[in-house]
Amino acid sequence: MSGFNTSRAKLNAFLIEIGELSYFATRFFKEAFKRPFEFKEFLYQCYNIGNRSLLLVGVTGFIIGLVLTLQTRPTLMDFGAVSWMPSMVGISIVREIGPIITALVCAGKISSGIGAELGSMRVTEQIDAMEVSGTNPFKYLVVTRVLAVTFMLPLLVIFGDAIALFGSFLVENVKGNVSFTLYFNQVFNALEFGDIIPATIKSFFFGLAIGLVGCFKGYFSTKGTAGVGKAANSAVVFTSLLLFIIDFIAVFVTDIFYDL
Amino acid sequence: MVLEIKNLHKSFGDNHVLNGFNMQLYQGENLVIMGKSGSGKSVMIKCLVGLMEVDKGTITVMDNDITKLDQKSLDILRADIGFLFQGSALYDSMTVRENLEFPLRRHKRKFKNHNNTEELVIEALKNVGLEHTIDLMPAELSGGMKRRVALARTLILQPKIILYDEPTSGLDPITAKEIIILMQDIQKTYGTSSLIITHDVDCARVISDRMILLIDGVDYAKGTFKELSTANDPKIKAFFKQ
Ligand SMILES: Nc1ncnc2c1ncn2[C@@H]1O[C@H](COP(=O)(O)OP(=O)(O)OP(=O)(O)O)[C@@H](O)[C@H]1O
Ligand SMILES: [Mg+2]
Repeated sequence: MSGFNTSRAKLNAFLIEIGELSYFATRFFKEAFKRPFEFKEFLYQCYNIGNRSLLLVGVTGFIIGLVLTLQTRPTLMDFGAVSWMPSMVGISIVREIGPIITALVCAGKISSGIGAELGSMRVTEQIDAMEVSGTNPFKYLVVTRVLAVTFMLPLLVIFGDAIALFGSFLVENVKGNVSFTLYFNQVFNALEFGDIIPATIKSFFFGLAIGLVGCFKGYFSTKGTAGVGKAANSAVVFTSLLLFIIDFIAVFVTDIFYDL
Repeated sequence: MVLEIKNLHKSFGDNHVLNGFNMQLYQGENLVIMGKSGSGKSVMIKCLVGLMEVDKGTITVMDNDITKLDQKSLDILRADIGFLFQGSALYDSMTVRENLEFPLRRHKRKFKNHNNTEELVIEALKNVGLEHTIDLMPAELSGGMKRRVALARTLILQPKIILYDEPTSGLDPITAKEIIILMQDIQKTYGTSSLIITHDVDCARVISDRMILLIDGVDYAKGTFKELSTANDPKIKAFFKQ
């Protein structure tokens, strides 16, 4: 019985959290369109986010492309369908694996980074100091960061996709003697705008989720240095969960559009 | 009178921190507020600048009721109030120079005749004797230096009222003394009115024109340092015996 009660309490806490996050998101959309715009800080954050995650996204993408190709090769060989490899890998990377893996990597890197950064600014009263000096900290810290992640994530996804496809090409080149031109011709023949556009839109939402949750956790982190660690940690957990939920919804929505 | 709090109430859930606190700050004076740790001094001072919402009571700053101002007027008013945070609260991702420039970005209007912020920054740092740290990061400064940089950042807008939240806490007696002397200099040069929160009896003795003791969420006792330090009430005595 007590087990039931604790899980009920946990569910309650989760739902409250969702509610607070939606409120936070509403505030974000309200403030994002109000003057003054902190353009310089936005650009700096874009640079910062790209700079911090580029290598990680690249390495992960490369390995995923490599592994995916190596592991599906034997099966495709059995069916005598190895020549389908580029189209199969291309579609699965661009539609699903690229966006979700990049987003998860960024959840770990960016969301927790923002959570810890804003969290420590909160507990050391830097956010309060900003407010009394006449700068709206929500605009300066939250709006710029969320916009920057939303803007940068699709770019990182494209970069990750490209590296993953290159990894896959290397395997095909070594094992199957497929040339660069042939491989990428096949990939781009298989891909349609119907694959790329939904994936890009999805990536925007992934970015929005990563930025919002990271900022939300940091901005309202509780007193003490333990609060900072907690903010960073729960930002990652919560973001990852949210990413899968968004992914799930995105599949449904895309499906509806395909049927039309 | 530049600042007045009437019947201030503030609670966090069941924790009733302030239960009808009153105070007045007059032009050009140094008012010291003493109270035990956790008695709500920081909460009170945060209500003063609108960082926390009050439950009940009025706060008047230079004829404006803080609790009723909109964001824009509040920001304009805040340019006249300096706030020195208990932990210095320097922006640790920015250099000392950027820290000092930050308050200027929103209050350019006040400095129309200075088109060069560099000048203002250097002057503010000179005031606290730290010109050489201008390109350092806060992490590279000692606690006392941080406090002085924070003081320079507070002063750069040339506020009419300065609120100090424990300006000497966590500092050795010599550095504490330097900070106190700085505070006195500022008061003499600019004629500011200051509200100083402190535990430090020496600091209170040197700097206070008047004192208020915050006990049990109310303004338990008021008077000069001399009056309070010779009072017979055991609750008051507890603050002064060392
Ligand atoms: N944001 C907050 N949420 C909940 N409770 C708070 C908050 N800020 C302060 N409190 C509570 O209010 C009380 C007064 O805190 P405050 O920081 O004002 O103490 P203080 O007098 O400044 O003490 P110190 O001398 O240690 O700085 C404490 O019991 C604290 O737990
Ligand atoms: Mg305090």
